[in-house]
Amino acid sequence: MNGISRKDFALIGQWIKPGSRVLDLGCGDGALLRELKDTRSIEGYGIEIDDANILACAQKGVNVIQGDLEHDLFGFEDQSFDYVILSRTLQTMRNTECILKEMLRIGRQGIVTFPNFGYWKNRLQIWQGHMPRSADMPYQWYNTPNIHLCTVRDFEDLCAQHDFAILERAVLTNGRSVALLPNLLGSLAIFRFEQRR
Amino acid sequence: MTHHEPTHRWIVTPQTARFTEPLVLQSGAVLNGYELVYETYGQLNASRTNAVLICHALSGNHHVAGYHGEHDKKPGWWDNMIGPGKPIDTDRFFVIGVNNLGGCHGSTGPASTNPATGQAFGADFPLVTVEDWVTAQARLAEHLGVERFAAVVGGSLGGMQALQWSIQYPDWLDHCLVIAAAPKLTAQNIAFNDVARQAILTDPDFNGGHYYGGPGPKRGLRLARMLGHITYLSDDVMGSKFGRQLKNGSYQFGYGVEFEIESYLRYQGDKFAESFDANTYLLMTKALDYFDPALDLDGGLAEALRPARADFLAVAFTTDWRFSPARTREIVHALLHNKRNVSYAEVTHGHGHDAFLMADAYYHGVVRAYMEKIKL
Repeated sequence: MNGISRKDFALIGQWIKPGSRVLDLGCGDGALLRELKDTRSIEGYGIEIDDANILACAQKGVNVIQGDLEHDLFGFEDQSFDYVILSRTLQTMRNTECILKEMLRIGRQGIVTFPNFGYWKNRLQIWQGHMPRSADMPYQWYNTPNIHLCTVRDFEDLCAQHDFAILERAVLTNGRSVALLPNLLGSLAIFRFEQRR
Repeated sequence: MTHHEPTHRWIVTPQTARFTEPLVLQSGAVLNGYELVYETYGQLNASRTNAVLICHALSGNHHVAGYHGEHDKKPGWWDNMIGPGKPIDTDRFFVIGVNNLGGCHGSTGPASTNPATGQAFGADFPLVTVEDWVTAQARLAEHLGVERFAAVVGGSLGGMQALQWSIQYPDWLDHCLVIAAAPKLTAQNIAFNDVARQAILTDPDFNGGHYYGGPGPKRGLRLARMLGHITYLSDDVMGSKFGRQLKNGSYQFGYGVEFEIESYLRYQGDKFAESFDANTYLLMTKALDYFDPALDLDGGLAEALRPARADFLAVAFTTDWRFSPARTREIVHALLHNKRNVSYAEVTHGHGHDAFLMADAYYHGVVRAYMEKIKL
């Protein structure tokens, strides 16, 4: 990354209105929040569980609240953020539906990114008899934090089931946008969605 | 005020500020004049933007860092946090430690002479609150030519003062560090405080609070401290430090000291009873009980913190059951409601409430990183 914006961060940045209030769930070292603060003048907060990441956020001057996404979101007020982001974390959640509903309770819109299990290279590895590994899923089956992997189509089905309106979708492979056959050719999916009224 | 001795011991000298303007306390009582003893570390910069106020907890005082002399056994109570190159870096910040009003380390308190009687105030010293302490601290700031604090910092009862600063003088501080604190005490917290007070108040040597010149309620104060000490530690740390270890290897079938934990608590109680004033202990526990900035407000803590303008760092410790992490989260959410900048670190630590005084790499790392980002 070396100072060059990650493509997924850049896309999220384009989707977010300047000056808005953003909550980044599982914000890691705060890189996305720092970038959104610098480029979109957002009022940002992260939630993160890992000590080293909290320290990295503090060093970046990013607001961060230490806690567990599965237990510590209840204290956040309804509709108190413009956007709630869940970046590369959805697949690690025990209760996937709950976290998506919480995102739209706390925020007016949600933005999620996740590795697309339907990516052809993943399908190929399964065809060859192995659990897939890739740049977006760099783990072995026995040590992966990813417990709820899904495809682009699976996520869209879940949105339909919960009456989430998909406002925008982007699918990336190696940092490049994929327009054709996204569920087959895309490695990372990014969605912006809201509760249908 | 501070200088490095040839032995590289950091020597600091306490100073006294006298105030003659009467101070109307929250209770309605008036202190016509009073003194505050304080220490400073580092230099106030030319633009006067680098001052940091340290608020102390129940048994703390103005001596936050460094040594008073070459032969002192122990440095100030927060020496691992404050000093040259430390998380609160005195090469960058001008740090002020102050003994609160009602204290027993030099500031006007129950043991001071009441000008009306020529005798020690004793029980006649008025009850002071966190609000009163903050008012007095603000007067000290004016006395020192500090119009604005880069940060106000406190742990436990000190954290409550830092929080109160952000409400009472919102434009006087840029940052507020609230560590191992709570927005108000629970019934359980008050219950512990009352048992401690009862230990003192029922000591035959208490003499209605007018015990100066006599032995004083040392037995009561000792019990109060022993009880308090239990609440400062976690079950885990007591278990790992002392467990069921016996001093003499076998049961003695009597009421003497048998278990190591008994020996430890009695030692802590004795040491404290020799060095602390019981009237101050009573008064400090009442200040804790009374603290509740959301009292009488429909909007609760969020409403209480509405005036706050500072940025916040809140820290809590996982095994602190006196002021648990959930209490700090209440503060964090009230600040979020008010759209304040706030960060919160929940430090995994085995030592309970007292962890805030210990040198934990993560805890100190977060405070250091936060302090380094403060623009002067």
